[in-house]
Amino acid sequence: MKPPCYEYVAPDTLAGALRVRAESEDSVVLAGGQSLVPTLNFRLANPDTVIDLRRVAELATIDTRDGMIRVGAMTRQRTLERNDAVLARNPLIRETMEYIAHPVIRNRGTVGGSVAHADPASELPCLLTLLDGELTARSSAGARTIPAAEFFEFVFTTALEPEELLVEVAFPVLEPGEGWAFREFARRHGDFAVAGAGATLLLDDAGRIARARLAACGVATTPVRLRAAEEALRGVEPGSEAFRAAGELARDAVTTVDDTAASADYRRHLLSGLVNDVLTRAAARAGGPR
Amino acid sequence: MNGNHGTNHLDAEPVDGDTRYGPDDRIAISLTVNGEKVEAAVSPRLLLSDFLRGDLGLTGTHVGCEHGVCGACTVHLDGVPARSCLTMAVQVDGMEVRTVEGLAGSDGTLHPVQRAFRECHGLQCGFCTPGFLMAVTHLVENEELAETDDGVRAQLAGNLCRCTGYMGIVAATRRAAAEIASKG
Repeated sequence: MKPPCYEYVAPDTLAGALRVRAESEDSVVLAGGQSLVPTLNFRLANPDTVIDLRRVAELATIDTRDGMIRVGAMTRQRTLERNDAVLARNPLIRETMEYIAHPVIRNRGTVGGSVAHADPASELPCLLTLLDGELTARSSAGARTIPAAEFFEFVFTTALEPEELLVEVAFPVLEPGEGWAFREFARRHGDFAVAGAGATLLLDDAGRIARARLAACGVATTPVRLRAAEEALRGVEPGSEAFRAAGELARDAVTTVDDTAASADYRRHLLSGLVNDVLTRAAARAGGPR
Repeated sequence: MNGNHGTNHLDAEPVDGDTRYGPDDRIAISLTVNGEKVEAAVSPRLLLSDFLRGDLGLTGTHVGCEHGVCGACTVHLDGVPARSCLTMAVQVDGMEVRTVEGLAGSDGTLHPVQRAFRECHGLQCGFCTPGFLMAVTHLVENEELAETDDGVRAQLAGNLCRCTGYMGIVAATRRAAAEIASKG
């Protein structure tokens, strides 16, 4: 398997990359290459231009100011996962990233690359959907911010325009005392998720659930927020009964299809268990009355 | 080193940020492979795995699945393990590459990880072994080894072996880690 023929450009600057992006009919962006190169090897992608961002140093940054963890698109996944300032502000990021393939893949894979690839089974899009993260896209005409809820449109399809580059991914920090958890199920550690779920849980002064957030990957054409289950949890006592019911609501809210990895019914069954599980873990980590 | 596909590309220049390179163009890259400086001219669609094997003759790096699943092609890039089949040769311009050929000493003395694999039956057919050796070397030299065998298997989950059942590989990993720790 060899990549198809394409034109290759490795711009020195972001401005240069944007110029090439605007000039090209059908360009793809080579960030870490951990999804793009297999796609090229399989000839699933046959772009006219490959834009290699390895020389654009300005995109490999992590900035944790103002309630947002702002991550440059070319930041290696392993770098974000291991950043202690990030861990202190949002430990869910590390827990979620440990499910992304294997460490050897995360050494090369980038945050922006995974997000722009938009595999519905992947973890970072799910995390951004869960946390109401923000994506910054740039073109030669300027920058725009896209909420995660509007970014992931379909399998491998995002709101990015052909002339735009994803330059920054912003993860909100967790509230003080907010509980958190992410779990996924795959047949082998590091494989694509059959299903995965993430949760955050904020309690009020009476110990009831003030805000629950839930999202899933692997069960639809995009990552999904599980709003019905979130609504049902508001104002209730955290506990196994409420969490099991939330799992059932999540299961009933998704429609998925049979594929080679799992049947739709099995996926939905897994999801109900995973939702129960992440809520239980998030509750154990949530601070008491504040 | 004369580039791939038997063409003369002595006039290849280092990458220029404003140039569009076609598949038949060659880009000059300069890197270190197992401690030796290498200058080469490569097509922008040449995979690092094919560059190492085909251009440099370093066939110790094995190519199994060519889409990042099996781990047989694992090498170190600037000291960090990576899949050479998911990396373009142009991307390692300026980097330090270490392959399985760079593990043993120049006098042929095996690296502790290689010795442990031999002593613990960490290989049978040997196809996956170069990738395992590179992954395990980084693991035992830089990371904390998991306490349980399940934990070690999870740490090595990025590499597949279809012969051994992993028992010998886990044992070899533990033995190599213990030896390296005892040398402090």
